[in-house]
Amino acid sequence: MDQSRQQYWKTNKIYMFVLLSLWAVVSYGCGIVFVEELNAFHLAGFPLGFWFAQQGSIFIFVLIILAYFLLMDRLDKKHDVHE
Amino acid sequence: MSLQMWTYLIVGVTFALYIGIAWAARVKDTKGFYVAGGGVPPLANGMATAADWMSAASFISMAGMISFMGYSGSIYLMGWTGGYVLLALLLAPYLRKFGKFTVPDFVGDRYYSTAARLVALVCAIFISLTYVAGQMRGVGIVFSRFLEVDVNTGVIIGMILVFLYAAIGGMKGITWTQVAQYCVLVTAFIIPVVAISAKLTGHYIPQLGFGGTITHGPDAGTYLLETLNKIGTDLGFAQYTTAFSGPGAKTMIDVFAITLCLMVGTAGLPHVIIRFYTVPTVRAARLSAFYALFFIALLYTTAPALGAFARYTMVNALHLVSYDAVPSWFGNWEKTGLLAWVDKNDDGIITYHEGAVFKGKPMFSEDQGKHGQRLVHNEITDNSNELYIDNDIMVLATPEIAQLSPWVIALVAAGALAAALSTASGLLLVIASSISHDLYYRIINRQASEKKRLLVGRIMIGIGVLVAGYFGINPPGFVAQVVALAFGLASASFFPIIVLGIFWKRATKEGAISGMISGIGFTIVYIVQTKFMGMAPWLMGISPEGIGSVGMVINFAVTILVSCMTAAPPASVQDMVENVRIPRGAGSAVDH
Repeated sequence: MDQSRQQYWKTNKIYMFVLLSLWAVVSYGCGIVFVEELNAFHLAGFPLGFWFAQQGSIFIFVLIILAYFLLMDRLDKKHDVHE
Repeated sequence: MSLQMWTYLIVGVTFALYIGIAWAARVKDTKGFYVAGGGVPPLANGMATAADWMSAASFISMAGMISFMGYSGSIYLMGWTGGYVLLALLLAPYLRKFGKFTVPDFVGDRYYSTAARLVALVCAIFISLTYVAGQMRGVGIVFSRFLEVDVNTGVIIGMILVFLYAAIGGMKGITWTQVAQYCVLVTAFIIPVVAISAKLTGHYIPQLGFGGTITHGPDAGTYLLETLNKIGTDLGFAQYTTAFSGPGAKTMIDVFAITLCLMVGTAGLPHVIIRFYTVPTVRAARLSAFYALFFIALLYTTAPALGAFARYTMVNALHLVSYDAVPSWFGNWEKTGLLAWVDKNDDGIITYHEGAVFKGKPMFSEDQGKHGQRLVHNEITDNSNELYIDNDIMVLATPEIAQLSPWVIALVAAGALAAALSTASGLLLVIASSISHDLYYRIINRQASEKKRLLVGRIMIGIGVLVAGYFGINPPGFVAQVVALAFGLASASFFPIIVLGIFWKRATKEGAISGMISGIGFTIVYIVQTKFMGMAPWLMGISPEGIGSVGMVINFAVTILVSCMTAAPPASVQDMVENVRIPRGAGSAVDH
């Protein structure tokens, strides 16, 4: 049981690490630090960096939370800690 | 039917709806009063969180600010949405499992210390009071603009309404009214933007129209954003989509710091965190964080599109146009003081350019100029700009500029009121629960009966409403400044110690208290120095709005350092931390 809990917590931390990295990359990376480089590319009328800063990052934030919900739902059941 | 009648009708119907909902959801026990009995479905909690979060400022001012700031406006868009990722991944599930009533509850129990509870309590009350004053003012302003009643009367009407439904229904009543308020505010925000997007770009989805081409007029066939960049260059502004350069643009480090501070501050705001105590399970907490951001994103991805549409429409309709030929809405909004024109070169033609027309907000005299314009007696600046445009007009005047029916304009008024009222009620509940639960019950009178605690909670809502109303009627000059302080404090105080409390068993009470005090202390000193004492932002040019992110780092560092030097937390606390990491058992976790 204890080992299963430890494994559960470890997997949870991996999910968090991956998803938070994505969170940082789309907002602080694409939207701020590399915005000028990305603005050289275009998505329809949007310079790409600008699109990430004002639209794309928000869409991806929503998807990140959805992904975490789905992953944890499966993980909870696998380790029998769901309600 | 006239606009006035429509506005009274729609605002009246929505108000009756809010009171009706609160009455149907009235509560009899403290669990219902503080956390809606812990039984709110995730979808409803998502909507309630979205309404709670999106304030009068999000609804009325944000699109306008973005329209003037261009790229720099992204700090609000990313900052006020990205915090939900932190909430969903780092805080909400664990705080729900912990399952008490308030944020100071968690801090006090996890750090086994009344002192920590008190520090958290003071922060929670200060943050919420700062915020709620602005909401009451927002209610008053909407009343005065759309219903032509005095601002102060508007504030009083708002106070009575919020008191009624918050005191009767507690968290349960607030939650269900917020669900209704979300529906009203998002519909009211999106309808005019869809109309203006279709008119300007031919796209019914504003998020696509934002990147689309202009369909008619002199700029037909070019991309909207490209045209805005050209307008920016022509009129001396920064290019709309270009980052970090041009007049008024923020530096990269500043954009970074402000975005981080707003994100972390969002995740640390007590009225947002408390919403996750109201759902039945840990799974529901994760799911409602998803719904919440989804519902927020509907407005937050529409707002920058509106900002761009409004900027183009406004410049096109007014720049180099003779005052005698301006559209009729100009006169309407000139009356409210959101637009003003100073004919500096005396040619009767409006010239728009970068720079302030005059110093400060317009102070109108009774006289009219020779073209019938309202005259101001502000000190006029010597640049060539003749047009004053207030941020707020971008949302408030859009339906009129897009020539929509009066009922849509009335709906916008109801939407702005819904945004202000829903946020105000959530904040008042935090104030009431902090004092009646954390201070009165947990610290002063541990033997208080359920009935007595409920009564104290209701009285505190009353007192909270009065204080908020007082500041709404007599706004202290520093309201705008203290909002920066609210976010700075939330990120420098709660976020680091809650995260460490969950993810690091070794975090001790000495660590948390010294961490909070040094984080908050640094943030307050920096904001006071730069905002009130006129010092230049001395730390890498980071503006006071972003300094909370440095405060947060300090809090993390001090908490970790001091924790390592002090004795480990007692076994019972370590067990508690172990326990909040496991979802099972959240349903029964609420105890007193």
